[in-house]
Amino acid sequence: MKFKRLSMIILMIAIIIILGCAKPQSTEKSSAPNMPPPPPKEMTIFSWWTAGGEADGLNELINLYHQKYPQVRIVNAAVAGGAGTNAKAVLKTRMLGGDPPGTFQVHGGSELIDTWVKTGYMAPITELFTRLKLDNAFPTGLLEMISYKKQYYAIPSNVHRSNMLWYNKAIFEQLGIEPPITLDELFKVCSKIKNRGIIPLSLASRNKWEVTHLFESLLLAVGGVDFYKSIFKGDIAWTDRNVINTLDTLKRLLYYVNQDHPALTWDQACGLVQQGKAAMNIMGDWAKGYFLANKWVAGKDYSAIPTPGTAGAFIVVTDTFGLPAKAPDKQASLNFLEVVASPEGQIAFNIKKGSIPARLSLPMDAFDEIAKANMIDFGKDSLVGSCAHGSATIEAFVTALNDQLGVFIQDKQVMKTAQALEQAAKDAGLRK
Amino acid sequence: MKYSKKDRVTSVLLLLPSFILVLLFVYGFIFFSTYISMTDWRGLIPSYKFVGLNQYSQLFQHPRFKVDLFNTGLFTLIFLAANLFLGLWLAVMLDRKLRGEIFFRNLFLFPMSVSFVATGTIWVWIFNPTSGLNIIFSALGFDTKNWGWITDPRMALYCVCIGAIWQMAGFTMAQYLAGLRGISDDIREAARIDGANEAQIFGHILLPQLWPITVGAVVILGHISLKIFDLVFVMTQGGPARSTDMPGIFMFETTFRNDFFARGAAIGIVMLVMVAILIVPYLIYSRRMD
Repeated sequence: MKFKRLSMIILMIAIIIILGCAKPQSTEKSSAPNMPPPPPKEMTIFSWWTAGGEADGLNELINLYHQKYPQVRIVNAAVAGGAGTNAKAVLKTRMLGGDPPGTFQVHGGSELIDTWVKTGYMAPITELFTRLKLDNAFPTGLLEMISYKKQYYAIPSNVHRSNMLWYNKAIFEQLGIEPPITLDELFKVCSKIKNRGIIPLSLASRNKWEVTHLFESLLLAVGGVDFYKSIFKGDIAWTDRNVINTLDTLKRLLYYVNQDHPALTWDQACGLVQQGKAAMNIMGDWAKGYFLANKWVAGKDYSAIPTPGTAGAFIVVTDTFGLPAKAPDKQASLNFLEVVASPEGQIAFNIKKGSIPARLSLPMDAFDEIAKANMIDFGKDSLVGSCAHGSATIEAFVTALNDQLGVFIQDKQVMKTAQALEQAAKDAGLRK
Repeated sequence: MKYSKKDRVTSVLLLLPSFILVLLFVYGFIFFSTYISMTDWRGLIPSYKFVGLNQYSQLFQHPRFKVDLFNTGLFTLIFLAANLFLGLWLAVMLDRKLRGEIFFRNLFLFPMSVSFVATGTIWVWIFNPTSGLNIIFSALGFDTKNWGWITDPRMALYCVCIGAIWQMAGFTMAQYLAGLRGISDDIREAARIDGANEAQIFGHILLPQLWPITVGAVVILGHISLKIFDLVFVMTQGGPARSTDMPGIFMFETTFRNDFFARGAAIGIVMLVMVAILIVPYLIYSRRMD
């Protein structure tokens, strides 16, 4: 009797295993050789553009694609969540699980190259570049952020500028002050504004990256373009004099910011400027979208200039679309990349999103004043990638930098932080 | 009690699917995580090179992880103490068969049905220095300029504690209330006849009888607080300046933002061990009680 029970159990396990392993493969295999491959039906675009101008911009691209390739249905797989944190986690699961989308949004630079290209998850699209003669359509600095070993891997869809200072015009006119061009002027202006009981510079630090965002602007202002590029490549120690000066500048600047910054997100910090509680804010040009949504007029209510000390340099935040090596239908994906690269696609998308086209020498008529100024700068400035937004350096170090700067804005210890950053750079593999 | 052979076969068969699933998806993955934590897997491409306890020794030297362990310890201590005290107090109050007892019971229990994410969002507003409590306090005439609440690194952890306690105190109360109802009135009556006062009854009769409830509550609350992630993530994301950072948040960032899977697994295993230290003695204890 004992045997009978045991055999029952074994039988059950066997049934479960067989059921689990069985796949309905037989029908596919028998019919496949005789039939032509089915026409492409679906193409998945993966992004974190779920709302507002970003989603509208993406829909413009999808519409353009539909007009050219009506037989393909686009699946818009957007995952909500600021700065794409959630989307990136979902994307990794899909890519590693062998279920890549047709194409996906990824920041050019380190995030594209170090995370996806070097690990072999992307296919080069150099042929597309040659065929469409795109080599000269984008600035060299931007091309560097999408290439690896002389192959191109993605089409940049849009460009945001990270190093921008936004200011409330009414406050500046009332106090009779000019927007600051250099760091020295910034501190003079801050001191004047603070004397009037207004917060000179609004800051957010709730999501940690906002401080890194301010820091990268200051790092560029203090150290210059070459230094900025080298330190994020790991060629310069984080205990360098320029880093210490930057931390010192940040420390001095903290005297002029709102005290409740740990409770605020970037848009709430912009809100302080709009409400007239603060005079200035350093944020990427997506701040414009916030002001626009709150019925504030560029040039009349507010204006923007490059972060003091960084004129002539352009910290780039760029979204790009590439071709996953295991994309289900490569031609359908490449067709979409062609739409993204086309002048119509670039203009239609960027007007809605509030960014500027990655392509050079496109007509500017449809863009606002701030975008026009940035389009001109983008063509002539030195371009560097944004660290806070994943373009300049590896993600492991960005996380550590966010964490360390979060500590710094509370304890304000310059030397200790510089040493901790050097340690973090080694721990993250940025420095040997 | 004797079961027939048929009953036994049926029960084994019924248990088998969940046994296999738990074996695979719980214990299988614990084993897999332990293994990953001893490799050098960093980046998207898996690497299974065995490096022993290297990840652990690096982890315990990491300044952020040291802070995390301290925070978890402090948070757990406050969370447990406050919950047990409040829960017991509320239960004793409600046990006096007062009018509207059901109303109050549900009132205190209700926060538990809300998710930590929703609770966190509300408490952020309350503890935000410009939108929350400070408005009330400054209306009462206090100078609240330097009251940072959740934005002050010295206070943020306590703010998170209050949110967590608000959520779980009702649950502890329900546990204690069930325990109190389980204690026969005869015992209390007997004690009263013997001349014991209410304090003595509480200290010498009720509390010892409630001991199993306390142990159970400590285990359930302890494993929640040692693994806490959602509430902290919504309220502070670990800030300001690591003051509310927890191993769970560090693990999330290490694993899913930095793709440092080996270290992420190591953090996970450390958390598992912490919870095990709490739960295993309880399992042994409750087995002995049987």
